[in-house]
Amino acid sequence: MELTREEESTLDGKHGETLALAYRILVAIGEATDADKLVPVEWAHLSGVNYNTIGDAGEEFLSRLSKDAKFKIKTTVNPMGFDSDSVSKFHLDEEFVAKQQSIKKSYVKMGAIPSFSCIPYEIFELPKNGTQVSFAESNAAIYANSVSALKTNKESAFSALASALTGKSPYSDLREEENRKPNLTIRMKTEPADELTYGLLGYFAGKQAGSSVAISGTKGLDRRSCKSLCAGMGTSGSCGMFTLGEEEGEKMDFDYKEMARVKDELNTSESGDIITLGSPQLGLEEISDLVAKLKGRSFRKQCMIFCPRAIQGQIRNLGYDKELARAGGEILYDCCTCLTPLVDKENIDAVVTNSVKGAYYLKASNDVDVSLKSLHQIIEEETK
Amino acid sequence: MNVKVVVRGKVRGAVLCAQKPVNFLGGIDKKTGRVRDEKHDLFGKFIGNKILVFPNGIGSSVGAYTIYSLKYNQSAPLAIVCLKADITTASGCAISNIPLVVAEKKDYESLKDGQEILVDAIEGKIL
Repeated sequence: MELTREEESTLDGKHGETLALAYRILVAIGEATDADKLVPVEWAHLSGVNYNTIGDAGEEFLSRLSKDAKFKIKTTVNPMGFDSDSVSKFHLDEEFVAKQQSIKKSYVKMGAIPSFSCIPYEIFELPKNGTQVSFAESNAAIYANSVSALKTNKESAFSALASALTGKSPYSDLREEENRKPNLTIRMKTEPADELTYGLLGYFAGKQAGSSVAISGTKGLDRRSCKSLCAGMGTSGSCGMFTLGEEEGEKMDFDYKEMARVKDELNTSESGDIITLGSPQLGLEEISDLVAKLKGRSFRKQCMIFCPRAIQGQIRNLGYDKELARAGGEILYDCCTCLTPLVDKENIDAVVTNSVKGAYYLKASNDVDVSLKSLHQIIEEETK
Repeated sequence: MNVKVVVRGKVRGAVLCAQKPVNFLGGIDKKTGRVRDEKHDLFGKFIGNKILVFPNGIGSSVGAYTIYSLKYNQSAPLAIVCLKADITTASGCAISNIPLVVAEKKDYESLKDGQEILVDAIEGKIL
């Protein structure tokens, strides 16, 4: 990769150790992805916020970094481990709470917008079509490329952090127009066309595809299903983008047999002790739809509903918070199903969720079993 | 064999080969380096102080922090050899000073479990 003289001297430490470190990361990614130069990016979305995922190593690293580092471009952040307003109810240990607050403080000190959301594409105004951004958080990167007409690679927590500090990213892979064209089409041959099916399809597609994949035979792909597709895809593979409709090249069917195979992998329980909705977090549109579906009904068990703080005001103004509370739902802001310490295997054996991504991490990381049901099924079977 | 250098360094150690891609977040215990994904072919093994050989990283972007945590907890691989260096693995290794190289398919396939090798991620060679 060619660096300008200025970039070269920053790499050599002329502008301090923090920027040198950021450039070392950019150079490694550039080498890994065969980039020939760095290009400006306008927005970085960072993962690596939840203390559950980054641990003491991450907390200490960010605390050190924040002593002198400042983000150079618009920077938003992923969910953290809990909602500060309700954390006292969950009996988390004090150390967890303190370390999480320290992480939050470090990001804010460096200039991050405290969004704590995995759906930046839904709560922020989007830059113009074709703008280069740097999104870690796999569902957000895929959504940005496939739906929001932005350009990003499937960034890592550190590559997006390096972009936030420098305003740059290696020009490679999905940042280049010619690499965005898929050479594999996955034909959807399954019903129902709901968010669970799309999540399973995404998980299947992510395993098969390279950087980009075409999906044909879709119907009823609303925002909820689209988010589910992106989240499933981001979990299982390295694919960072999808297009709709058949493309030239290899074809593969996603039929009932494949769907059952994916579901068998992720669905480890017939039922669950609690319900979680939101991975990715629910936006206002989904909350409004949920409120409508719950009219005259209430949950049979505890239901956690994960949302970005950005829509809290609207939720309150529209009275949705009261409606959901009446139905036995609990809204949690700033956090998400994935990797939350609020779902603890000491108290919970299994979780009901419609999120394929949630299912993967609940099992892999929280070590609890999962019963995968579509929202439709959850309303039918888990409410009265 | 000649390899492409992604993160520089030089280290000798025993090879541990994974057949399947690795999702560092959730797949590997960040404190002990034990593979905790039951469906992975390395399930139950420890990746620390080995030359870890795997096709590529998959899944969560936060896996880069898992690599950094492994180093912090002294449970990190000595070096990583892969077929395709993904962004998560490359950035995690860069920040943790873990040498990372990419091998050609036929060279990659010749690496065997337990084999002692020298990864020279300065000259771009495995001996």
